[in-house]
Amino acid sequence: MKSGSNLEKVLVHGDFAVTGELGPPQSNDREVIVKKAKAYKGYVDAVNITDNQTAIVRMSSIAACAIVAGLGLDPVMQMTCRDRNRIAMQSDILGASALGIKNILCLTGDHQSFGNHPTSKNVYDIDSIQLISMVKGMRDDKKFLNGEEMKSEPRMFIGAAANPFADPFEYRVVRLAKKVAAGADFIQTQAVFDVPRFKRWMEMVRDRGLHERVYILAGVIPVKSAGAMRYMKNDVPGMSVPDELVRRMEQASDPKEEGIRICVETILQLREIEGVSGIHLMPIMWESVAPIIVERAGLLPRPEY
Amino acid sequence: MIVAEQKPVAEILRMIEGYRKILVVGCGTCVTVCMAGGEKEAGILASLIRMAWAREGRLGPLIDVSETTVERQCEWEFLQEISEKVAASDAVLSMGCGAGVQAMARMFEGKVILPALNTKFIGMPERQGLWTELCAGCGDCVLDRTGGICPIARCSKSLLNGPCGGSQNGKCEVSKDIDCAWQLIFDRMKSLGRLEALGAMLPPKDWSKNRDGGPRKVVREDMLL
Repeated sequence: MKSGSNLEKVLVHGDFAVTGELGPPQSNDREVIVKKAKAYKGYVDAVNITDNQTAIVRMSSIAACAIVAGLGLDPVMQMTCRDRNRIAMQSDILGASALGIKNILCLTGDHQSFGNHPTSKNVYDIDSIQLISMVKGMRDDKKFLNGEEMKSEPRMFIGAAANPFADPFEYRVVRLAKKVAAGADFIQTQAVFDVPRFKRWMEMVRDRGLHERVYILAGVIPVKSAGAMRYMKNDVPGMSVPDELVRRMEQASDPKEEGIRICVETILQLREIEGVSGIHLMPIMWESVAPIIVERAGLLPRPEY
Repeated sequence: MIVAEQKPVAEILRMIEGYRKILVVGCGTCVTVCMAGGEKEAGILASLIRMAWAREGRLGPLIDVSETTVERQCEWEFLQEISEKVAASDAVLSMGCGAGVQAMARMFEGKVILPALNTKFIGMPERQGLWTELCAGCGDCVLDRTGGICPIARCSKSLLNGPCGGSQNGKCEVSKDIDCAWQLIFDRMKSLGRLEALGAMLPPKDWSKNRDGGPRKVVREDMLL
């Protein structure tokens, strides 16, 4: 075991993994985290906590992860390259490990112009691939990025993102291969609505044998309304949503139920694809739907190790 | 070249409030080419100030706005030529880039030197009326590995190892008006038959060459006297 995290155990054991995303509040309210995390308990293998997503200031991922770990859940700490330089990142990785956090998701980060501090200065001292390599160096070689040795290593299960729907399409698998070579243990993809395109991407992944070197968790988002589906289609960068899904949501008498149905159908299709090791649920502002989806997709009970 | 644009006139007028003799100094190099601070623009700005002051009834025998232009504000020899004019003014409004303003501030001790431009970037005119940034002056050029397209200056996140997940239809996630630098790099490397080179990881950049302690210097031992 590289980290001994629950997520790692589930994946290594060959179970189809389920992770859930949790967005911290724009406040110091611990109870928000506790409530959201408890809703996930028993339904997911790990809770993935965002790092000031869409560049909006929220409670730090590291603090929220520590709260979640205290509840007996396995947190995945997201870390973006937008807000910290290599000094702060390594410091936070050491601190996270000391707080019992065993999974990290290395991300580029949404540009600050999307958020609520658009006049801020971004950092991007290192990029997400260099971050993966840095964490791996800390864990496996007990070395800081500058080559200096450390006494005890942060044992992190290293995750990275992949977006099969962004461009240039041809380069997407090359970028995945770079992430795997840099040291990614698992991959979390952008939300899949366009299953055919995802399947094409997975073919390219398998052609390079990458599915045997990294665990791939396919992202899914349950959508509440036709408006939300249209928003995903038109306004979220790097997202591909088929017209058919927009139509289904528009024509549904119960859009929430239709959203759940679409999400469950998608999971069932993803599960059939060779090389997909699990799903990552992103119920944006709708965490309470997670148990329903996990149950209806036949993913219960979750394994215990 | 260095590309700049003029500050809003209202801001310039606020800056020169309280001074009676203003010398507007244009620069004949980069800012002339990008039409922000050359001889023509210096003349127009001086006229605008005169008109604004005339409206306020401020023009009189003791009040004066004049203009002049030097070949390059960032070289001592050209600045010497305007020493007398500078000495006769209360404040100098430089239409040079940030280097020009600072060169004048060092040359003319005890004289107030004010910037009339916002210095933007190193770039080129894309077409009439449109200039684009091309170089961030990072001090450690990677263009050999990126097909002659700079990810430091042209990617919104200065990424070194390929496009982020926000690249779509050749555009950056930040705006549909911004080309994704990594799409451009990908296309260019493809046309050069060098795509396999993009599979290699570029290591973390040495940013000490970009922003070190204090101003960066270039020293040419062979040229030092």
